[in-house]
Amino acid sequence: MTFFLQLVVTGLALGMIYALIAIGFVIILKCSEVFNIAQGHFVLIGGYLGYTFLVPLGLPIWAALGMAIATAIIMGLAIERLTLRPLLGQPVLAVVMVTIALATVLGGLATLLWGAEYKAYHGLLPTITLKIGTISIPSESLIGLIVSVICVVLLMLLFRYTKIGLAMRATAEDLAVVQSVGIRATTVYAVSWVIACVVGVIGGILLGGVSGANMELAEIGLKAFAVVLLGGVNSIGGAIVGGIILGMLENVAAGYLDPLLPGGGLAKVFPFIVMIIVLIFRPYGLFGLTRIERI
Amino acid sequence: MGSGSGTFHENYAQDMAIFRTKGQWGVLFAFLIVLFVCPLFSSDRILTILTMMGIAVISVHGLNILTGYCGQISIGHAGFMAVGGYTSAILCAKLGFPFWVALPCGALAAGIAGFIFGLPSLKIKGFYLIMATIAAHFIIIWTIIQLRSITGGPDGLSVPTPTIGGIVLSSKANYFYLVMVITCLATLLAKNIVRTRAGRAFIAIRDNDLAAEVMGISLWSYKLQAFFIGCVYAGVAGSLLLHYFSFASTDQFPFMDSVWYLGMLIVGGMGSTTGAIFGAVALKLLDELVTMAGPVLSAAVAPQAAASLALISHGLVIIIFLIFEPRGLHHRWEMIKAYFRLWPFSHEVLE
Repeated sequence: MTFFLQLVVTGLALGMIYALIAIGFVIILKCSEVFNIAQGHFVLIGGYLGYTFLVPLGLPIWAALGMAIATAIIMGLAIERLTLRPLLGQPVLAVVMVTIALATVLGGLATLLWGAEYKAYHGLLPTITLKIGTISIPSESLIGLIVSVICVVLLMLLFRYTKIGLAMRATAEDLAVVQSVGIRATTVYAVSWVIACVVGVIGGILLGGVSGANMELAEIGLKAFAVVLLGGVNSIGGAIVGGIILGMLENVAAGYLDPLLPGGGLAKVFPFIVMIIVLIFRPYGLFGLTRIERI
Repeated sequence: MGSGSGTFHENYAQDMAIFRTKGQWGVLFAFLIVLFVCPLFSSDRILTILTMMGIAVISVHGLNILTGYCGQISIGHAGFMAVGGYTSAILCAKLGFPFWVALPCGALAAGIAGFIFGLPSLKIKGFYLIMATIAAHFIIIWTIIQLRSITGGPDGLSVPTPTIGGIVLSSKANYFYLVMVITCLATLLAKNIVRTRAGRAFIAIRDNDLAAEVMGISLWSYKLQAFFIGCVYAGVAGSLLLHYFSFASTDQFPFMDSVWYLGMLIVGGMGSTTGAIFGAVALKLLDELVTMAGPVLSAAVAPQAAASLALISHGLVIIIFLIFEPRGLHHRWEMIKAYFRLWPFSHEVLE
């Protein structure tokens, strides 16, 4: 039982980080109907940025986080302006391919700048230990959980109380109406990319703090897709619930089934199995809107 | 109807012919002769490049039918290649099947795998289908690794050298001929598939699947047919690839290959058989350029520059094509031909 609860709790923390990353994806999708395959590569860049600011530059954690966020903002603005804006109104394939190409370019940049090597920076994030009964919660998981929750709450506040947040929600609802009342849709798109980059980078630093930065961080993006498909691609709440479910399921399944399977690595393929099952039986996820099409 | 005063088609067969003029037949024969004479003059390295191009062309033809014509986007093509490749490799290595039997079996297995993973396409499309095919790739590769007793798992599997009718295809030139014959047949077949009833149904589904269904096209049947045909092509390509290296390993079917096949389609121009060839050749040439430039860059900049150059250059090529030439090289090629055909009155080039 302790083993099970342990797996559930670490899974919960992991799932919250997935949820954070998935939210970036959902925000872009809701605002501009772009499926951003590069989301995982924002995480990758974030992991390495965290290393650069913490280890070689030796900044304190808050300064490193600030610098990483600043970099993410510039990256988001540049990506939106240079690659996505020229493709406004293009078919799904063109937009998806451009984000895939973007993902490879970011992967290439990471290879060039950090040599695709494993960069560890455990122990540089602050440590908190917590023990509930017999279950001890690892410090990194707890930090991940706390930061993710703070980010999610901040995003909720942004969407509820700020002008730009309102504009973003309105754009998600109806583009034509938003344009007719004089809101610049391009600004909304730019902000959505900035938010996606920022949450991706924060997620990258959190995951980097747990397991170090390496090229495999980009695969988290693929898990984020499973999360959003499970939760429903256009629901932020769905992303959070989906993230938590997937994180727990993955941890529990890997904990119990990996010893039984010779090759192991079930955690790696697990999100895809979830994805296929969801796509076959409930294509619009738990909380997604069912699309009704007319000719 | 005289020669020299234009091309006149007097019946349906003439109008629909793939090669409509004597000039086109001439160019075709010249091209085939050059293709089949070139092993006499080229080095092994060039033959390897051409063989790889041929295999990529076969694979992209399949993806073109599936994505370019039927509009069902698949980023799991390398996974289906792996199914075909492994099936024929296992049949040859473990059960002693002759190569010419194993190849179609591999193709069939890949087609069936495509059929199965195409089932979600009946309910979902666009991005959802992309995710389903990405998932298909990873599930296929994981399954291959898990079935260690049959596939050799992560250790790989050595594949015997293929023989056809007593001829051992051990030299690069022999294998080049095999691949080129299959490539030409595959191209001809692809060109013809899209002119059949099924091909027209695919185009209707791509343009608007709801409208197609209302007009009486069975989405169920034709979407799955597209998946089956596309993956049969992938299976042939995968099996040729594994037999060429005489070794089967899942590393030969990386996820990024699935992406590059789609990239080839975009660079070449979707929904055009010629475009598939253009795209495969162009990106393979880019690969070679990167391979040549790699050592120079590694020495000049940093050891990892070569690996990053491959990623960045491919990514940028696809981004640039999507933004500036979304209809691909094939469209540009048609424009050039139209320019010369209309010259000197080419101020208005009709599309």
